[in-house]
Amino acid sequence: MGYHNGMTAPSRVSTQPSSFEVRILRQDAPATAPRWERHRITYEPNLNVISVLQKIATLATTSEGKSTTPVAWDCNCLEEVCGACTMLINGRTRQACSALVDKLLQEDPDGLELRPMSKFPVLRDLVVDRSRMFRALERVRAWIPVDGYGDRGPGPHESQESQQVRYPLSECMTCGCCVEACPQFAKVELRQRSDETDEQFAARKNREYDNSFVGAAAISQAMLFNDHPTGHMNAGERLEALMGPGGIQICGNAQNCVSVCPKEIPLTTSIARAGRQTTVHMLRQFFDR
Amino acid sequence: MTQQRVLVVGGGLAGLAATMKLAELGVAVDLMSLTPVKRSHSVCAQGGINSVNDLTRQQGDSEYLHLDDTVYGGDFLQHQPPVKEMTDWAPKIIDLMDRLGVTFNRTPEGFLDQRRFGGTLYKRTAFAGATTGQQLIYALDEQVRRWHSAGAVEMYEGWDFLSPVVDDDGRCRGAIAQNLVTMEIRAFPADAVLLATGGCGLIYGRSTMSMACNGSAASRSVQAGVKYANGEFVQVHPTAIPGADKLRLMSESARGEGGRVWVPRTPHDSRLPKDISESERYYFLEERYPKYGNLVPRDIATREIFNVCVNEGLSVETDRQCVYLDLTHIPRAELDRKLGGILNIYEKFQGVDPRDEPMKIFPAVHYTMGGLWADYERTAEGGLMHGSPRNQQTNIPGLYAIGECDYQYHGGNRLGANSLLSCIFSGLFVAPCVENLLGSLQDSAHDKKYDMLLRGQRSVRQLEHDELLKRAGGRENPYVIHQELGDVMTKAATVVRDNDQLTAALEKVNELADRVERCSLSDTGTWTNQNVVFTKALRDMFPIAKAILKGALARDECRGAHYKPAFEMPGVESNDPGERRRQAEAWCDAFETKNKKWLKTTIATFDKTGEPTLSYEEVDTTLVPPRPRLYGLVGGEAIEQAWKERQA
Repeated sequence: MGYHNGMTAPSRVSTQPSSFEVRILRQDAPATAPRWERHRITYEPNLNVISVLQKIATLATTSEGKSTTPVAWDCNCLEEVCGACTMLINGRTRQACSALVDKLLQEDPDGLELRPMSKFPVLRDLVVDRSRMFRALERVRAWIPVDGYGDRGPGPHESQESQQVRYPLSECMTCGCCVEACPQFAKVELRQRSDETDEQFAARKNREYDNSFVGAAAISQAMLFNDHPTGHMNAGERLEALMGPGGIQICGNAQNCVSVCPKEIPLTTSIARAGRQTTVHMLRQFFDR
Repeated sequence: MTQQRVLVVGGGLAGLAATMKLAELGVAVDLMSLTPVKRSHSVCAQGGINSVNDLTRQQGDSEYLHLDDTVYGGDFLQHQPPVKEMTDWAPKIIDLMDRLGVTFNRTPEGFLDQRRFGGTLYKRTAFAGATTGQQLIYALDEQVRRWHSAGAVEMYEGWDFLSPVVDDDGRCRGAIAQNLVTMEIRAFPADAVLLATGGCGLIYGRSTMSMACNGSAASRSVQAGVKYANGEFVQVHPTAIPGADKLRLMSESARGEGGRVWVPRTPHDSRLPKDISESERYYFLEERYPKYGNLVPRDIATREIFNVCVNEGLSVETDRQCVYLDLTHIPRAELDRKLGGILNIYEKFQGVDPRDEPMKIFPAVHYTMGGLWADYERTAEGGLMHGSPRNQQTNIPGLYAIGECDYQYHGGNRLGANSLLSCIFSGLFVAPCVENLLGSLQDSAHDKKYDMLLRGQRSVRQLEHDELLKRAGGRENPYVIHQELGDVMTKAATVVRDNDQLTAALEKVNELADRVERCSLSDTGTWTNQNVVFTKALRDMFPIAKAILKGALARDECRGAHYKPAFEMPGVESNDPGERRRQAEAWCDAFETKNKKWLKTTIATFDKTGEPTLSYEEVDTTLVPPRPRLYGLVGGEAIEQAWKERQA
C-alpha cells in the first residue's frame, strides 16, 4: 500500500493537520482521583506515541498554556519486543512504541487519547503495576527444571515442527494486552495497611494474586514448558496450578486475548490445549486413586 | 557474622546468568534492575550466538580459530586470555542454553541449526528466529524466577543504582539505590557488587539501544574511582531505521538479497523516489567500490553513508540524515520469502511498505566495546584461572563488571553474535570467583560495624536528591540538553573522527555540562518522579561522554571502529615491482611503529568533578600475534606478503 495509489501516504498526505490534540488520563498516585489533561502537539510525519510523550515531557505545558509535570510512562526497547509500554490508546490496548500517530489520526482525526491499562493498579499516570503477571509465571512454574548449570552436553533433540509450535509461544513479552482485553480478568488492587510491613503486604498481595484469574499469557507459558521434553516431566505441577482457584476454568472463551496480542500468539489454541491437558490429568488422577 | 550477600545490578543476560549461577552455588543474591528484568535490553539482540560446533569442527574450525576471528575482528585491542576462555566455553554455553529450553532453530533431524555471520568463514551462529536475544534472556529469566520462587534470590526491580559504597580501605561494601516509584533511597549492604548494566548508547541521544542504556551506573562507578577503558570504541551499525524516538536496526541481509543504497544527485530532491530516473541517482557504494558494491564490509558501508550525508550534504531529507536502501526492483514474492520478517518491522514502524518504496536508513550507534576496567588472572596456558576473585573485578575490590558494561572481550570492534556469548559467559564465569571472594572475607557487610558507613553514604545521596528537587535553578531544560549532547556526540564521535571536530565537541560538551547544573525540574514531586531520575542520569552522561571524546582525540590512528582519516595508512599503489615492494615494506614499518605506540588500552580515571585523565596499558597479545587488517586495502596482497616474510 504505497502513497502512489492515492490512499495511505501517511507521511505525505497534504491534509494532515498542523497540530493535533492529545488527551491523557493522569493520576498523581494510587488512590487519587484521575483527571484529563490536554496537550497540543505540532504535527510531524512518522511520530509514534512514545515520541509524542517525549515532546510533552520537553514542553511541560498543557494546551491551555499551564505548566505541568511530564507524564509518567513505562518504556524501554521501543521496538515492540520488551513489553513495557502497554497502554490504552484511543481505547485499544497496545504498545505505545508501535502505535503510529499517522495511523491513529486516520482512525480518529480528533486526536489521541491515552489512558493507563485498566486491569492493573495505577502507580502514576500511564505507569501501572503488572507484578501480578510475573507472579502468575511463578504460579504455573514457567521454567525448565534442569539439574544444574554444569556441563551435561546438549539438550534433547527437537523436531522442526515442535520448534515451530514453541517459538511463537516463547515470543510472549508479558505486556498484558491479553489480560487487559479479557472480560474475566478483574483488577486486583490492595492498599498497604498501616500496621503491615512491606514483607507482610507483599505476601498478602501474592495470596490475593494466586487466587485470582491467572490469565491467558501464563496459561500459554504453561503449554510452552509442557511441550518441552524436560519440561514435560513435571507437566502435572503446571496443570494442577491451572486447575486451582483462578485457574483455566475462569476463561469464558471471549477470545479477546488472541485478537489484541501484539505478537499474534495463538493464545486461544494454548487455552484449548490446556483445557484438554487438565481434563486428562484430572481423569488420570481419578482412576489412579 | 551475619549472612553474606551479593548484589547484582542489571538484569540482562550477564546479570541473570551471574544470579542463577550464584544461587546454584548457595550464595544469597539481591538482583536490582531499572526495569522488570524480562524487559532488559538483551531482548533486542536478533542474529544469534557464536560457538564452534560439531559441523564446523569437521571443516577445520576450533576454539582457537574463534579466538583468532574475535581478536582479528577487534583489531587486537583486547587482552587475549579472557577471549580464549570465552571461546573455549562457547560450546558448553550453547549446550546449557539448549537444555534450558531455548527455542533454537532446528535441522530436519532435530539438531541445532547454525548460520554464518560476519568476520568468519564458519557457520558458528546458533539462532532462534530473529529474536535470539529475547529467547536467551527469557530462558535465564525463567531460571532466576525459579530461584526467586525458592527464596534464594530477592528481586529489586524498578531501582536505580546511585553509587557503590566504598569503605575507608577502598573495598566495596554495597550500594545506594533509589526506588523509581516511591523515590525511597536505600543502602544495600553487599559483600560483592556485580555491575551488569549494559552499554551507554543514550549518550548519543538516539541509538539502537533501549532507554535504560544511559550508562548512569557505569558513570556513578567511575566517579567513585573505577577506571573506564577504551571509551572511544563505539560500534556504529551501517543500516538502521531513523525514528523520532529511536534508531531501529535494519539487518544487513537486506543488502545481501540485492538491496541497493542510493541518494538523489540533486541535494534534498523533493520528488518521489520512483520519479527520480536512474541517471539522477547516485549509487555511491556501487560507484566507489565496483568490486564489492553494496556489500562492502560493515565499517566501510557505515563510513560512506555517513560521509555522503554529513560531508557531501546529499541526505535524502533536509531535516534529518538518511539514504535510500532500495528493494523495490526485486519481485514481491521473493522479498516476502526471503526478507518478510525485517520488512514487516519497517512497515510497522514507518507505516510505509518497503516493497513499494525505498527504505530510508542511516547508521546508528549500536554497541559500546569500551567500558568499566576489569581484571583477570591468567593461567600458564593463556586462559583464565577458574574461581580467581580477580576475574572481572574492577580496581575497587569487591566491585565487579560483567556484560556490555565491561571492556574485556571485543577490543576495537565487536563481531556479530559475539555479544550474547560474552554476556552469558562473563555472568556464569564470575559466579565461582565471587563465591571465593566471599570465602576470603572475615565478615559481612550486614554486620553492625558497617551501619555507619552505609547510613552515611545513603544520606549523601539523599541530600543530593533533595537539593536537586529544591533547586530554584536556571531555565535549562534537561530534555533539550540531552538532545544537544546527542547531536554533538553523534557528529564528532561516531563514524569519522577529526581532531578539530573532537576539540570543538569537547568544548561544547563542557559547556553543556555547566548548563546541566542549571536545569530546572518541571516536576519536583516525591512520587514516581521520572523527571528527576532522567536529570540525574543526564548529569552522569558527561563524565563518560568526555572520556569518549578525550580518548578519541588522543588516539591518532585508525583501529577497529575508531577511524581518523588524517592518520589513515595509504595502501600500495605503485605498479612497478621494486617500488611496490618498497612501499609494502614501508607500510609494514609504519604498522609496527603504530602498534608500538597505540596497541594499548586507553584508561580513563576521573577526578571529583567527573573530569577524565587518560593513561595507557599494555595489551596481552601473546596467543595470537597481531597482524595487519587488510580487507579492501589497495595493494593488500603485497603488504600481506611482506608481512609474512617478516614474521617467518
